[in-house]
Amino acid sequence: MQKPVSISTTRRKKFTIPVDKFLPFLIPIIVVLLWQVSSSLGWLSSSVLPSPIAVFQDGVKLTLSGELPKNLSISLYRATVGLLIGGGIGFLLGFINGMSNTSRLLFDSSIQMFRNIPHLALIPLIILWLGINESAKISLVAIGTMFPVYINTFHGIRSVDPDLIEMGKSYDLTKKQLFFKIIFPAALPQILVGIRYALGVMWTTLIVAETISASSGIGYMANNAEDFVDMETVVLCIVVYAVLGKISDLIAKSFESLLLEWQNTGRSNA
Amino acid sequence: MNNTMISIKNINKTYNNLTALHDVNLDINQGEFIALVGMSGGGKSTLLRLIAGLEQPTAGSVTIDQSDTKTLMRVMFQEDRLLPWMSVLDNLSFGSKDKNTKAHAQELLELVELGDYADHYPTQLSGGQKQRVALARALMSHPKILLLDEPLGALDALTRRKMQDLILDICQKQNLTTILVTHDVEEAARMADRIIVMKDSTNSYEEDCPKNRNAGQIGIVADRVLGEILNEKPLEVKTA
Ligand SMILES: Nc1ncnc2c1ncn2[C@@H]1O[C@H](COP(=O)(O)OP(=O)(O)OP(=O)(O)O)[C@@H](O)[C@H]1O
Ligand SMILES: [Mg+2]
Repeated sequence: MQKPVSISTTRRKKFTIPVDKFLPFLIPIIVVLLWQVSSSLGWLSSSVLPSPIAVFQDGVKLTLSGELPKNLSISLYRATVGLLIGGGIGFLLGFINGMSNTSRLLFDSSIQMFRNIPHLALIPLIILWLGINESAKISLVAIGTMFPVYINTFHGIRSVDPDLIEMGKSYDLTKKQLFFKIIFPAALPQILVGIRYALGVMWTTLIVAETISASSGIGYMANNAEDFVDMETVVLCIVVYAVLGKISDLIAKSFESLLLEWQNTGRSNA
Repeated sequence: MNNTMISIKNINKTYNNLTALHDVNLDINQGEFIALVGMSGGGKSTLLRLIAGLEQPTAGSVTIDQSDTKTLMRVMFQEDRLLPWMSVLDNLSFGSKDKNTKAHAQELLELVELGDYADHYPTQLSGGQKQRVALARALMSHPKILLLDEPLGALDALTRRKMQDLILDICQKQNLTTILVTHDVEEAARMADRIIVMKDSTNSYEEDCPKNRNAGQIGIVADRVLGEILNEKPLEVKTA
């Protein structure tokens, strides 16, 4: 049934794929070019914004000196550990509250109340408790990422089609099978939305935490450069954050298309 | 050998203040094909769900003959209820790695003429194909009783006819005890050994269908059952 593909479709596909791949990069490339041209022509003073080439050279210098890799890896470490802890707790709570009514009644409204506190407002408190060491930054990331994962896991599980669950039960699936064959896959798209959202929160939290109190990390690098009016490094740090954000989004997306392969098989999305 | 497979005794079912079923008594024999017909809201689905054990009666009992081991019962729902994240084959085997299970699933797919579709996802199938997969899934693990709640309701007339023949054929060959809920009296008259009319929350009327019936007989039975559902008594009765 999928064999007879008309010639026009194949032709259009061949033609559209490179354009589809290229189009998203068009605007960034134009912006960087305009930026460089403005700097070269002296329209843009280097004290306002250094040229892309200057930023790039600064990046090379800091990479060779080992400063950038060191700070980058410590930031990545904080982000990953914080996300794993926060996401893990969020998933677990979402799972328990999604599956059990008692647990939901007991915990959900308290969690929702806690969620409404902007987690960045906890920075002073956390610094007072934990000082400025690693655990402070990691806890902040964990708290920030916990809620999006929690809410989406919870709603994902609660909104699984009850007809499918009834079918599973009447077809003698065990509790474990019911979860792994029906509930989890059905909730997965929503859980992944939560994780993607959490990735964004993860970086924002980390930037703020590292800017306010840290002696290493990309946020610290930016803050330190600011003290020395080192424009190139400040801009470099911003670019690094943008790239990190984009990479984590791409990772999340490829996870999605890998895990949700079945969603792309619909006849309508061909 | 008319041994009773399903015995329904004084079943009552109420939802809050609403009586869905009132004093239903019904015996269904082994190998019998029953059609439950009636107006919408007449309690057909409720009765089927009670038999399937998906709901509990407010009063009364459903007894399933368990003489040879556990009599397996399978429901085929009005919607296909296939799992969109599993291939067609996995929808039958629920992803079981067991070789025999997979082979059995493939066999059943051949039976419903979807042998080439094992690796497809449900979204890639037509409505009729999905219902055939659902039928094949219901036949996994060799059930003795098949409960069908308007499984063909969403299909076009031609596909519907083909599915009717397929279901009939399978039920006869595997000697299944079958209950088919339908609002289509024609379908009931074509397929069933016995038609039960659900009206006013109970089984108010039943009609045995002739064996090897022809189109004319089907029409007569369908007309009579329809008249019974709609309360249109024949003229002679009124003047009498
Ligand atoms: N879960 C429920 N909660 C409350 N009322 C219900 C429930 N299920 C069924 N009912 C009521 O019970 C009555 C019988 O419903 P049922 O679904 O058995 O009818 P039906 O004969 O299958 O109708 P249809 O042909 O429309 O499917 C209806 O009045 C319905 O509103
Ligand atoms: Mg119904």
